[in-house]
Amino acid sequence: MEDYQIELTVNGEKICSVVQPEQSLLKLLRSKGFTEVKCGCEKGDCGICTVLMNGKTIKSCITLAMQANGKEIFTAKSLEKTKIGRKLQESFVKHGAIQCGFCTTGMLMAAKGYLDKNPVPDKNEIRKAISGILCRCTGYKKIVEAIYDVAEENHKLEGGIHV
Amino acid sequence: MSKLIGKAIPRQDAWAKVTGELKYADDFSLPGMLYAKICRSKYPAAKLISIDISKAQSLAGVKAVLTARDVPRNETVTKFGQSTDVRGGFEGLYRVLAEEGKKIRYIGEPIALVAAESEAIAQKAVELIEIEYELLPGVFDPEEAMKPNAYLVGEKESNIVNEFGCINGDIKKGFAESEVIIEDRFEIPFIDHAYLEPEAGISWLDEYGTINIRVCSQVIEHFRDVAEVLNLPHNKVRYIGTMIGGGFGGKEDITVESFIALLTLKTKKPVRLVYTREESLITHCKKHAFIEKYKIGAKKNGKIVALEADYIGNAGAYTYLTPWVGLYATVSATGPYKIPNVKIKTQMVLTNNIYASAFRGFGSNQANIGYESMMDELARKLNMDPLDLRRINCMHTGDALSTTGQIIKTYVALPEAAEKAWAGLGEPEFSKNKNVKIGRGLAMGLMSYGRMTFLRDSSRCYVKLETDGSLIIRSGIPDLGGGQISLLSQIAANELGVPMNKVKAYYTDSMLTPLAGTTTATRQTYMSGNAALKAAKNVRNNILIKAAEVLNVHPDQLDIVSEKVVVKYDQSEYLHLTEAIRACNTAGIELFSEAQFNAPFTAIPDLSNLKGMTFPDFAFGAQAVEVAVDIETGEVKVLKIVSCYDVGKALNPASVEGQMEGGSIQGLGYALSEDFVIKRGIPQSPSFTEYIIPTSVDAPDVKTIMIESASGLGPYGAKGIGEPSFNNIVPAILNAIYDATGVRIKRIPATAERIIRGLKKEYFK
Repeated sequence: MEDYQIELTVNGEKICSVVQPEQSLLKLLRSKGFTEVKCGCEKGDCGICTVLMNGKTIKSCITLAMQANGKEIFTAKSLEKTKIGRKLQESFVKHGAIQCGFCTTGMLMAAKGYLDKNPVPDKNEIRKAISGILCRCTGYKKIVEAIYDVAEENHKLEGGIHV
Repeated sequence: MSKLIGKAIPRQDAWAKVTGELKYADDFSLPGMLYAKICRSKYPAAKLISIDISKAQSLAGVKAVLTARDVPRNETVTKFGQSTDVRGGFEGLYRVLAEEGKKIRYIGEPIALVAAESEAIAQKAVELIEIEYELLPGVFDPEEAMKPNAYLVGEKESNIVNEFGCINGDIKKGFAESEVIIEDRFEIPFIDHAYLEPEAGISWLDEYGTINIRVCSQVIEHFRDVAEVLNLPHNKVRYIGTMIGGGFGGKEDITVESFIALLTLKTKKPVRLVYTREESLITHCKKHAFIEKYKIGAKKNGKIVALEADYIGNAGAYTYLTPWVGLYATVSATGPYKIPNVKIKTQMVLTNNIYASAFRGFGSNQANIGYESMMDELARKLNMDPLDLRRINCMHTGDALSTTGQIIKTYVALPEAAEKAWAGLGEPEFSKNKNVKIGRGLAMGLMSYGRMTFLRDSSRCYVKLETDGSLIIRSGIPDLGGGQISLLSQIAANELGVPMNKVKAYYTDSMLTPLAGTTTATRQTYMSGNAALKAAKNVRNNILIKAAEVLNVHPDQLDIVSEKVVVKYDQSEYLHLTEAIRACNTAGIELFSEAQFNAPFTAIPDLSNLKGMTFPDFAFGAQAVEVAVDIETGEVKVLKIVSCYDVGKALNPASVEGQMEGGSIQGLGYALSEDFVIKRGIPQSPSFTEYIIPTSVDAPDVKTIMIESASGLGPYGAKGIGEPSFNNIVPAILNAIYDATGVRIKRIPATAERIIRGLKKEYFK
């Protein structure tokens, strides 16, 4: 099969690359140094490789690199550049929602993607929103609380939602 | 005087993790690096006749193909960081690669190693290796494997790895005196750690011929074992441990290290190896499957007079930590109950399944599932409240374990923890659906923290005050995600009055940081916490003596608070910490200390009748659970979990809660969905599609209650909680299912199918 030339932006940076048709976006991102995108299963089971593609949360291991051609990708390295991303990071740290940290970047991206769409969810909605991402250390409680804290703050900001 | 201890301060590694800056084992690469892949056995039981690597070797881009013939010492013994030889059957065979003419013991057993310019080439080369096998029948069931003429898993040695016993009183007399006797059999499956970070590492040679290995391992002391394999002096193999993406015992054995070290030695190039998820699930150790037969005799008033337990542990294909697990199970078999007549027998048996080794709980869980299911059954039989039955029989501070007779001198938080956990459930949920039954269950137990005392465990830590008042910690401690490294910083900062942001810990390097021992056995808070405290106190004493001279007071009158050495009764009188440091340095007073903490040491016990101290101490606790069971579908929903433990002292409450919450939800998976099924040696769960661990929608908010007795052997009276917090949850859920449905689950996980089958039995009676 032929290789393809693709172009995408990752965290605002333009990336040009020659990719094989079967290459995953995860493999491409990691090969370009975006090691904050973690590889846990390469089958779409664990969700820790979650990134945002044109604003939508996707599992990068089951997304082909070619599908990202012309798209805009955000990884966890972009979080601190957005108000809500920074708030989520602070909240995870404050709540002790991190243990081994291997799911953390995927968890944060899922939370960011979800809060962008639904800024004021309740805890059950948060649980559903992150249910595609496995965590083996925390039992999820502190993660849900950390995300809920940010959502609650949004709730108080009548219409003035962080983005 | 505690300033940082007891505070839920953010971990030092937290920001590196939320920003994604932290480099895990598979995030590291070096110029000219090669990629490794492993050729593994396709059969669970076979004789390896021959290996032909010629086609693989001639593939373009392949740099090395190694078999057992290329391994300087292919067979050594398993060690786990202990610096003394235990022997007595505790060390098993460590075989790096399968050998021609010898037996293959499990599917996935490594046969040959490949290093190539890309992963794809390495994988292609693996497929070109031609292996001739002579298939053998194998034995997969431990009860079959114990029979006299059973197929031998190994070459000559018996399938029974170890036998342990524990006898107290007169078991026959005990049952004769009993008014009620119950008997049961439980089957507990293999389960997987399912950490999210697959095994990974990279190795390289430095300019002095030293092998460097950067790896996620719970035991950096394996540098010695890899040196033995390579036939190099111990000081020529260096481990650089990374922050670990979860371990739970699964990264206690050697994983990728011997393979990459051998390939680096051969090619002189950096070599990286990262397991795929499938490879990880199929080829790393499992938690021991157990078959348990229990018999308990009691008086009508609930007083237990006799307990007999017979355990068969399925060790899989190789010994690894099996003997130790067998000992833990045996010691834990009576739980926290006072029982005069006891007979325990444990047999650990080899089979042609993937080998079993360490897993959070380490034999204690399997015992806990048995005895706490039996306690619930006994309460039902006697028509007693399950909590009352536990109150009547539980041990108290100063009592001896009913197995080994070891006296517990620290606080035995029972029945307090059980009462608090039970009360913590609050008002029961009301079921709106007539098919959904609500039930509650309770379980309590004990578990050791710290390694077995005959391992003669120790830990070291280095603490240094810099001239600018910043603090340096050096420790060989591996961080599993429990906050192990940050805790050492917190302890030293607390003693030396330095804020956390001025502490920097250098960690987990087998050659440059003092060896802290393994991050296993719930030992790091206890062992390395004490080593850090001792080192920090040494530095603190030197500072105080010099500052006392300057301030013209007695050192006892001084404290260090917020970077000032203050006079306790008049804090307006002080010396800034940097001034005290300058004074010490001018006078040549040492502002560093490397301290060692030793656990209590004992001799190896008589394994046929374990007696006396086998562990430094135990942690006690309980969990209470409320479930909703749909009797039409068999579906179980866990509505509430209350976890209550005596943690001694919660040094960082957020971290302790994290262990208790995570332990509970890992246990929820063990109870309801996790089962590493192996059929005739063939694993049936090669991915997270088949091996189901709890997600955020399966997990209720765990309510944690921490009792702080300050009686533990750790720093400031702390007890270890990592493994104990994974106890009790499984039987608590099973007992709640019984309460809701009348179905006693004796073979976990309690799947919908098993519950429906159990209910049907009731219908057809």
